[in-house]
Amino acid sequence: MDASLPTQEAVIIFEDVSIAFDDNKVLDRLSFTLWRGETKALFGVAGAGKTLVLKLAMGLIKPDSGRVTVLGEEVSSMREHDLFALRRRIGMIFQESALFDSLNVEDNVSFRMREEHVPAEECERRVREALRFVELEHTMQLFPSELSGGMRRRVAIARAIVNAPELLLYDSPTAGLDPVTSTTIVELLVKQRDVNKTSALLVSHRLQDAFTMATHRFDTAQNHMVEVPRGSDWDSKTSFLVLKDGVKIFEGSAEELATSEDPYIREYLTP
Amino acid sequence: MAESKDNAAEIPGFSLTGFAKSNILAVQEYTLLAWHSLANIFSSPRYLGDTLQQADIIGVGSLPIVVLTGFFLGAVLALQSANELARFGGLSFTGQLVSLSMVREIGPVLTGLMVAGRSATGMASELGSMQVTEQIDAMRALGTDPGKKLVTPRVVSTVIMLVVLTVIADLASMFGGSLVAVFMLRLDGNQYWSTAWQSLGFDDILMGLIKPFIFGFIISTVGCYYGMTARGGTQGVGRATTQAMVSASVTLVISDLFITKLLLNFFPNL
Repeated sequence: MDASLPTQEAVIIFEDVSIAFDDNKVLDRLSFTLWRGETKALFGVAGAGKTLVLKLAMGLIKPDSGRVTVLGEEVSSMREHDLFALRRRIGMIFQESALFDSLNVEDNVSFRMREEHVPAEECERRVREALRFVELEHTMQLFPSELSGGMRRRVAIARAIVNAPELLLYDSPTAGLDPVTSTTIVELLVKQRDVNKTSALLVSHRLQDAFTMATHRFDTAQNHMVEVPRGSDWDSKTSFLVLKDGVKIFEGSAEELATSEDPYIREYLTP
Repeated sequence: MAESKDNAAEIPGFSLTGFAKSNILAVQEYTLLAWHSLANIFSSPRYLGDTLQQADIIGVGSLPIVVLTGFFLGAVLALQSANELARFGGLSFTGQLVSLSMVREIGPVLTGLMVAGRSATGMASELGSMQVTEQIDAMRALGTDPGKKLVTPRVVSTVIMLVVLTVIADLASMFGGSLVAVFMLRLDGNQYWSTAWQSLGFDDILMGLIKPFIFGFIISTVGCYYGMTARGGTQGVGRATTQAMVSASVTLVISDLFITKLLLNFFPNL
């Protein structure tokens, strides 16, 4: 997987990262690398520490031991004040969207730009562009409470991508959504991966979402994702990582995961 | 051996060490939040728009209750004191009694308690809701410091607006007292206002203005602290709101004693 990537620049490096809450060790010496342009899907049962990995990468929490390096900066030892500049280069989509409920969609998406005093016209242009990407341009004046769950996730994606981040962190973007809406969200993830070539770390419970990402590419002509024929040498740049009790038990491609003999993974893969 | 001693001292479901640790941690977190809320004033970015918006919510929003309570408290103070003053032939000092007691003590405490009830709870519930729905984390993830964006504007606007509201409450109470003095006690209105006005010295006004300054800081930092540390969904937000109200009010009243003593030590003529 790694050798096939065009560049070998690491975007995220976890080195022996451990963290515990009270006596419960949630992550135990976790190590992995996310390369530029790659999408890595993290799997594990509830409580396996998947969301924690994203929060550690964002520097929202600190590990008890080990090092986390993101975009060349060691976030595990940085002060909160210094992390803000780095976070502006990263987009994060929270599990429950975490949209600001007192702001409308336009203000939610333009939040970062307003903080940076981007001129109003430029701001509106970029917000429209981001909302067009998620096909929600007509919702600009609506408030989050007026949107469906799937629309809120799409607005959250628009907010995360509006500043063209170098890295995207998705926390269960399809959790609790119906299959049709989930497919729409997955298509957006594929579009972001193939059109904007953004590196991404994806946490999900739904294996089928990641398998869809690994087997589909975005066709800009059709404005739709299409399945890649079997035997094609097209590289989805999508890899898988499975956690069990805070320990990495698998890392590799979709094919390697599907053919794994590990009993836990076999059980996990069984519908 | 030591372990068995600890176990013997423990009540099921309660750990003394855990209780002490969590309280020390809470004091540390509150101190850091309070310190940063002040330190943030001296570093950019500064959120003037948010500060003005909060000043409007806290100041203008609290105006009716502060005016009403000030007015009626001044009136009842004049009515209650009239009986005692009449015994010593000092009914004409009603204005002086109302103005001195309101400006030095009751005005700042009353306004503080009113604003604590309205704004500390508002801050705790608003920030608490944002905390439990990950909006605070989202703000951090978007590269914005919630301390600067949410806490400092609330602290600055509460401190400034509490001083203004206290002055308004003092005036409203004197006005309430004057109506009682003129229409119920049959005192001369000019006499009431001249004794009320002349009795106030610089020292009284200083004490009356320093207190709301400190009370405003306590109310806003306590409200923000409980909001920013809220956990456990809507129930947690409700708990944070109640705790903010209770803690802000109790801390305000306790600190009043110490501030008064401290001011009397520094300025013996007060």
